[in-house]
Amino acid sequence: MSGRRRTTEGVGYLRHVSAIAWKDLRIEFRSREILYTMTFFAVMVVLIFSFAFLKENKDGNVVEVADIAPGFLWVAVLFAGTLGLSRAFDREREGDTMRGLLLSPIPRSAIFLGKAVAIATFMLVVEAVIVPLIWFFFAAPMFGEPLILVCTLLLGTAGIAIVGSVFAGMLLRTRSRDVLLPVVLYPILVPLLIAGIKSIGAMMHGAPQESWFWINFLIVYDALFLVAALWTFESLVIE
Amino acid sequence: MKIEAVTISKLTKRFGRHRALAGVDLTLRAGRLCALLGPNGAGKSTLLGILSTLMRPSSGEITYRSDGKEQLAGAELRRQIGVLAHDSFVYGALTGIENLQFYAQLYGLDQSAERAAELLTKVGLDDKAQRRPASTFSRGMTQRLSLARARLHDPTVLLFDEPFTGLDRAGAKALTDTLVQARADGRIVLVVTHDLASIGDVTDHVVVLRRGKVVFEEEREQSFSAAVLKDIYHRYTD
Repeated sequence: MSGRRRTTEGVGYLRHVSAIAWKDLRIEFRSREILYTMTFFAVMVVLIFSFAFLKENKDGNVVEVADIAPGFLWVAVLFAGTLGLSRAFDREREGDTMRGLLLSPIPRSAIFLGKAVAIATFMLVVEAVIVPLIWFFFAAPMFGEPLILVCTLLLGTAGIAIVGSVFAGMLLRTRSRDVLLPVVLYPILVPLLIAGIKSIGAMMHGAPQESWFWINFLIVYDALFLVAALWTFESLVIE
Repeated sequence: MKIEAVTISKLTKRFGRHRALAGVDLTLRAGRLCALLGPNGAGKSTLLGILSTLMRPSSGEITYRSDGKEQLAGAELRRQIGVLAHDSFVYGALTGIENLQFYAQLYGLDQSAERAAELLTKVGLDDKAQRRPASTFSRGMTQRLSLARARLHDPTVLLFDEPFTGLDRAGAKALTDTLVQARADGRIVLVVTHDLASIGDVTDHVVVLRRGKVVFEEEREQSFSAAVLKDIYHRYTD
């Protein structure tokens, strides 16, 4: 009986998470404000870096850049993700809807998780645009090991969304939140970024074993921060 | 499960070195409309924030006694509380109906579409208005939508924080009627407001806060008139 009750509670929890996520996605489908902003910003980052850092040899061919492409990919994803986080939580300030969510009987951690799922979705859409751009502008072999690429992007995106949502929620009522969010978020994301860069770099160099090591690292990183976030979110948003 | 009384005991709230509430003792009962008065910075919104579970007290206790005599807490408690504040808690990009359906989902309510439409009609939002994005609503319409949202889950405790702000006379009258009906239905109603005219003749419990302390409290069988409220307010806050 207790097992069945836990299953029911689990299904209910996931329903609440999906209600929050679907609400964000539905609003975004109508306005597309966050998606356009994130995508435009990420594309500009890739374009600017491509002009700034690429070298051509005497024949006009792009010099091998497998080493720098992963870094630029994650910089673009991180900056676009930060923009998305900031905007997604700003939406909860308009009309003070975050308080409306906190007043409801759903577990408060479900609010965080629902927001994280929505933001991760936005980021994945942006990545679907910029990964081909990086392949094109940097002549980077991004699609040699698609499973490694997908796993790395999914886990890295999930990590940014999880950690970012906690801090964005915490800073929601802070005056300098747009400045503070990257200041508090980026140092914590350094291990994730290193793992993401190393994984894709190794993939490009034909070293999938190394990539899988870093993917396992990302799994552990995401799991640790997910548990910490679920545990602490309520205490961070309730004064 | 219905909340019959809310007992606040030695409630304190500090924000850093600033003490917003300094040992508040108060009991709110079902079937009573309590006006919480006081100057700006007295701690009224802080008290409301703690009562609604949006804030934690620094010390002290709040007991929500249900008709089964047990103490309510957590999700069960939040299911019993409805809040109407100056901010609407609604999403501008969603229509009136969509906002209520979303909140109905969070409160686990069945037949959310029907209930939402019924409530919106009750608060005076017609079918056309219900299907417009909430960002196109006037202040009065937004307040009505917000009222529908606060009542959607049939709460037994209704907390209103400056609900009359920005309302015209008709809107204020409609809101006052809602407060009276809620009291008549046996709910616990607490209103924070500076609009003494709107709550005159409907309030039967008055509390005045000043610098985080209760400086006046009285319950009557008959309501306090607006003139009496004004006199109490000036006597204890000037």
